[in-house]
Amino acid sequence: MKLLNLVKQAILTPVGIQDGDIEKIMSRLLSSPVDAADIYFQSSHTESWVIEGGIIKEGSYNIEQGAGVRAVSGEKTGFAYSDRIELPVLLEAANNVKSIVRQGQEAQVGLKQAVNWPQYYPIANPLKSLSDQQKIELLRRVDTETRKLDSRIEEVIVSLVSAHESILVANQDGSLAADIRPLVRMNVTVIVEEKGHREQGSMGGGGRSDYSYFIDQDRALEYGKEAVRQALVNLEAEDAPAGNMTVVLGPGWPGILLHEAIGHGLEGDFNRKGTSAFSGRVGERVASDLCTVVDDGTLQGRRGSLSIDDEGTPTEKTVLIENGILKGYMQDKLNARLMGVKSTGNGRRESYASLPMPRMTNTYMLAGQHHPEDIIRSVKKGLYAKNFAGGQVDITSGKFVFSASEAYLIENGKITRAIKGATLIGNGPDVLTKVSMVGNDLELDSGVGTCGKDGQSVPVGVGQPTLKIDGLTVGGTSV
Amino acid sequence: MQNQEEINRLKNIVQDLLDEAKSQGASAAEAGLSQENGLSVSARLGDVETIEHHCGQGLGITVYFGQHKGSSSTSDLSPASIKEAVSAACSIARYTNADEYSGLPEQERLATEFPDLDLNHSWDLSVEAAIKLAIECENAARSYHAEISNSEGASVNTHQGIHVMGNSLGFLQGYQSTRHSLSCSVLAQRGDSMQRDYWYSVSRNAQNLESAVSIGNKAAERALRRLAGRSLSTRQCPVLYSAEIASGLLSSFIGAISGGNLYRKSSFLLDAIDSQVFPEFVHIHEQPHLIGALGSAAYDGEGVATHERDIVSAGVLRSYVLSTYSARKLGLHSTGNAGGVRNLTIDSGTLDFQGMLKQLGTGLLVTELMGQGVNMVTGDYSRGAAGFWVENGEILYPVEEITIAGNLKDMLKNIVAVGNDVEYRGNVRTGSILVERMSIAGE
Ligand SMILES: [Zn+2]
Repeated sequence: MKLLNLVKQAILTPVGIQDGDIEKIMSRLLSSPVDAADIYFQSSHTESWVIEGGIIKEGSYNIEQGAGVRAVSGEKTGFAYSDRIELPVLLEAANNVKSIVRQGQEAQVGLKQAVNWPQYYPIANPLKSLSDQQKIELLRRVDTETRKLDSRIEEVIVSLVSAHESILVANQDGSLAADIRPLVRMNVTVIVEEKGHREQGSMGGGGRSDYSYFIDQDRALEYGKEAVRQALVNLEAEDAPAGNMTVVLGPGWPGILLHEAIGHGLEGDFNRKGTSAFSGRVGERVASDLCTVVDDGTLQGRRGSLSIDDEGTPTEKTVLIENGILKGYMQDKLNARLMGVKSTGNGRRESYASLPMPRMTNTYMLAGQHHPEDIIRSVKKGLYAKNFAGGQVDITSGKFVFSASEAYLIENGKITRAIKGATLIGNGPDVLTKVSMVGNDLELDSGVGTCGKDGQSVPVGVGQPTLKIDGLTVGGTSV
Repeated sequence: MQNQEEINRLKNIVQDLLDEAKSQGASAAEAGLSQENGLSVSARLGDVETIEHHCGQGLGITVYFGQHKGSSSTSDLSPASIKEAVSAACSIARYTNADEYSGLPEQERLATEFPDLDLNHSWDLSVEAAIKLAIECENAARSYHAEISNSEGASVNTHQGIHVMGNSLGFLQGYQSTRHSLSCSVLAQRGDSMQRDYWYSVSRNAQNLESAVSIGNKAAERALRRLAGRSLSTRQCPVLYSAEIASGLLSSFIGAISGGNLYRKSSFLLDAIDSQVFPEFVHIHEQPHLIGALGSAAYDGEGVATHERDIVSAGVLRSYVLSTYSARKLGLHSTGNAGGVRNLTIDSGTLDFQGMLKQLGTGLLVTELMGQGVNMVTGDYSRGAAGFWVENGEILYPVEEITIAGNLKDMLKNIVAVGNDVEYRGNVRTGSILVERMSIAGE
């Protein structure tokens, strides 16, 4: 398989590790009676460029590589990693790791022929998709064009980041799985000022693609326009109301609500341990019958997409909630095995230096029947949340919170005044039961999401159509 | 005991890196190298769950060609990768623009004294002993009460690292430090109400860690006291931030007086120097040389000497928090804060926690905050919260699913009291903080 050879060349050849060495490390791991074992090799190259104050201010280049060795027995995991991909170091790591179970016999493992799986993104190096000069020119253009948009603009900051990552996973059955993952992202932040009052707006996007993504359809310039628009809206915004009210969420990025309120609570580890508010509820109603929610790692070129997860399992489109009924959880290998189900390809890790866990990929709600205008029209008094800054959830109590970065009042079926500083808070297991209308306008976010869990960050996607929720608590200052 | 031999080996790598930058044409350069080793062990439901052996390293370099700057980093310390990293940084510097404010610190600001801050205490902890400790801690929590229904486990962490930094002005320093912690997280259940909470202890010296039993008991107690929480109706009332979350309030304040936000004019405390930001009784200072403390260091991320100094006295803002670059942008001098503040301390009043509750009278005690609803530009503040409703100084019942909101500028000015129930576990040392009035939103 071509991809596998490319990855071997990228990670193993420079450090002189051969198939036979992987077999030796794996044999060492399996010399104790473990249930599962893997070796994860990773090499990534990242760059970032920033224009601020009209000058190209910063640039950086990062090389990261290393290997993680894991052995699993029952619910027990032994793990070690090193930045040095060297046979003696990895054999020593294997010795440390397998001590999770008692000593056994020396085992022999032979590597198998790799199988094929679909690829959801190109493998070319995005760092090389433009020359350094062209990257600089792109940033300058966004900066110049954005500054022209309004006289109230005080500052424009544009960042451009890309990563090219190769991973190789060797599993205890001798299978090898490899992936090459590009990722690009651009972000524009604008600060505006009027009569001494300052506000800020921000917009960005990206995906598993190369820099041409920002040039296609003038996306880069659109980010600038959108950031300015948001900042200007915030200049006009009034204090948010406080209390319980009907909330309409816009399409796209507000799908972070699904991610926080529902998604984390449906990750396999929490449910295997019984610590999630959704534990033991498969087959039960957890949402109104208008709601179908999926986690889908197979979308072409999306920020949260993966051809295989970090355990070598091909990703899937996993139905989490179907017409309001909880269908299943997102699983990695360990939790799937302990719960007697199959991995859904959601085993992800931040890097070789951390253990994989069940994590989301692209999580979104499928489109419904309603026209978005009809949804707004149906609300007498409420809040329209168009954009969010971020959120957080307590998966045990189910309580979640997120902050609107752009929101409006709805009065008598019309969007009226912009408001600022609105925080929404609710209970994960309840919130989708209160969904009374679902729009026909499913949108995925522009490609900016990063999810944190146990200190590990991974890129994710979210999405949803316009949603009407009957009763969420809005926390503002105006009582 | 410092491992001087290893420190010297890493210093040599950094020096080679600086020399390599010079030979590639850089007029100035700065480099840092870290190496860390550690062990993390967790136990859940009475048995070991994970054993993690950590072994990581990384180096970063920034080069200057005149006022043009480029940076790179690598986790691979092979000579080839080091050379590649230096070339990448130099290549980047060809494309960045000249920035008149960029560059190394002024020579005279670099640290020249390196007191032993007592930051390095190896913990000779076997994997078996770590497992035993974690199990003891979790057992204490699980056996605390019948309503402790489940567990996320207890974990023991021990880390030792060497950090070396140098620059082309001749600064080249390194030290070894340790960090150990013990933590526990359990669930409590009563009827439909399920709650989770945790407790932890962290120190540079394992002997100073709280006992496993005490940590387990506190984790259990904290989870139990949250059971059967209710929301509150929308209202305004005084809010008491418990000591362990009050540090967040001070961190927001530090964010607002940090150079980056100031020169970008994205702070609600622009030009606030020498003005009354807090009530008169508030005194906030930085203590970077505290012996054995978590935030201590003789120099900052650029090698600039750190100093004990007042940030707020008599409620008046006396100093910003600046790195060399942000200071130059503002026409000021570095305050030795590249990488943040160190052991930030707010002086306590006379009241203990019970006294603070009495002073609160009737209002909200907040013990947990969620979400990121803090706007640095405007000071608008609105966050998810959980805690307890208090009447006449007595805790009545747990509260959840509410938000607390206000504007930080007002909140800081309207601090009524700071308790002497000081939280020492983090880089910010504060007792509980009482804010006169905030907006509560709930059902
Ligand atoms: Zn998340």
